[in-house]
Amino acid sequence: MRITREPSYEDAPKWQVEALRRHVVTFFANVGHAGRLAVESLACLPGVLARGDSRASLVRQLYVAGIRTLPVISVVGLFTGMILGLQVGLALSQFNQESLLGATVMLTLIREMGPFVTGICLSACVGSAMAAELGTMTVNDEVAALEIMSISPVKYLAAPRIGALLLMSPILAFYACVLGVVGGGLVGYTQLNVPFQQYMASAISIAGVKDLFVGLLKATIFGVVIGAVGCHEGFTTRLGAVGVGRATQRSVIISFLLILMFGYMVTRMFYFEFSV
Amino acid sequence: MIRFENVVKRFDGRAVLDGVSFEVAKGEVLAVVGPSGTGKSVTLKHLVRLLTPTSGKVWLEDVEISAATGRTLEAVRERFGYLFQGGALLGWLTVAENVALPLRERLRLPDGEVESRVAEALAAVEMLDAADRYPAEISGGMQKRAGLARAIVRHSDIILYDEPTSGLDPVTSVTINRLIRRLNRERGITSIVVTHDLQGALLFADRILMLKSGHVVELSAPETFVRSTNPEVREFLDAQFITPDLLEKKL
Ligand SMILES: Nc1ncnc2c1ncn2[C@@H]1O[C@H](COP(=O)(O)OP(=O)(O)OP(=O)(O)O)[C@@H](O)[C@H]1O
Ligand SMILES: [Mg+2]
Repeated sequence: MRITREPSYEDAPKWQVEALRRHVVTFFANVGHAGRLAVESLACLPGVLARGDSRASLVRQLYVAGIRTLPVISVVGLFTGMILGLQVGLALSQFNQESLLGATVMLTLIREMGPFVTGICLSACVGSAMAAELGTMTVNDEVAALEIMSISPVKYLAAPRIGALLLMSPILAFYACVLGVVGGGLVGYTQLNVPFQQYMASAISIAGVKDLFVGLLKATIFGVVIGAVGCHEGFTTRLGAVGVGRATQRSVIISFLLILMFGYMVTRMFYFEFSV
Repeated sequence: MIRFENVVKRFDGRAVLDGVSFEVAKGEVLAVVGPSGTGKSVTLKHLVRLLTPTSGKVWLEDVEISAATGRTLEAVRERFGYLFQGGALLGWLTVAENVALPLRERLRLPDGEVESRVAEALAAVEMLDAADRYPAEISGGMQKRAGLARAIVRHSDIILYDEPTSGLDPVTSVTINRLIRRLNRERGITSIVVTHDLQGALLFADRILMLKSGHVVELSAPETFVRSTNPEVREFLDAQFITPDLLEKKL
């Protein structure tokens, strides 16, 4: 994939409408390019794993994506579960159905909220940093230098980053779910007098393999989306420091939008069409 | 060997290059001068297709660089060494690792040969002492020289230098200018040198090309260049107090 560092339009737009149209077209073009970047990077992964140097850079990215985000994800996961526990618990207690608290929290977390909050955290912590780092490298001609040496920036820079998010995102989402379920249980026990054992029993009985599979699939997709958008925005950065700021911001906005869209699509695919 | 054919390059509607044509012969040293922001770096980037012309063509022998892709483009880039204006070193590698990068990642040379070629390149730019330091720990001028070492380490037959001596002290500048000339004499390396150091350029270059507002204002040998009657060239020369007797110090 050739990295272009030029504006897609060579003349300034004449009308506001034209400018708007260009924004929309550029957005979808960018998403398409990011998708292509994702596919090419994933295709490179076996090659990355095969060589010592690039394996080391994958390990470094795994550390950045996985270990350094643990504190944030722990807090976010725990509190998401606690909030869910409180809100749902209060509603259930009106119907004297507190015994369902565990099941409700578990299902919400594993199907939707766990992957979602993980995606948000990763996009804010890791995707934005990738866009900023690669963006700085792009405006400093470092990416161009790699290209001239015929070292593919996709293989050398993007593949380890996207690969790391691909691997780490489901693991972190699972971890966030576990903490969330525990958080919901704590709230249930302390505020709503739901015995912890009963809560856990209810939670575990409801969770099916399909829910876990869909949840982790979502998280995996989110990971790839975040990595691809971050790297793509980084590679297409122009115009110096201002451009780096803009790329960082755009990477977060675009991955948020895509996380919502993909989240909806995956849910719709697995919980509507296959099992009416 | 290298030919620009009426190259026009627009960014956001503004023409940075506006019909630039010139040729560089094999084994020649061409200096490119001109005011800031006239598209000197943009010109160099067209040679390795980091940028593509809005219209016009760029040729390397019988390959059209401006349309090359895939393996052809790789083969074209293989022939170029490129010193970027800012050095463009990778921040997480040491100077020596940066210089070794093209040999390791691309040519996959054995370690022993990599080491000896890296040492040779670093010695040429007087950077052996800083081999194990990281780019952030060395000065801008040193980063420039490390970038230069990386550009020459591949033994490519054409080298593009984007301001090799800006930000260097006068003594090191002369060393670098000598190095450019020596690489050209000993290995026949075709060189295009973008520079603000017109005095230096007059001493080491075979021909000088002056760009201004996207046009080639003058393209001639140093002897003709210093005596040019073109008002834009005169202004440029007079601003740096350059007179024809400078040429007696030729490298
Ligand atoms: N990728 C790009 N997108 C938009 N404009 C660009 C891009 N690259 C260069 N330009 C514009 O092209 C013009 C020429 O830039 P260039 O870097 O070639 O100047 P230069 O002659 O090398 O100047 P200097 O001596 O300061 O290095 C500048 O005005 C710059 O803003
Ligand atoms: Mg420049």
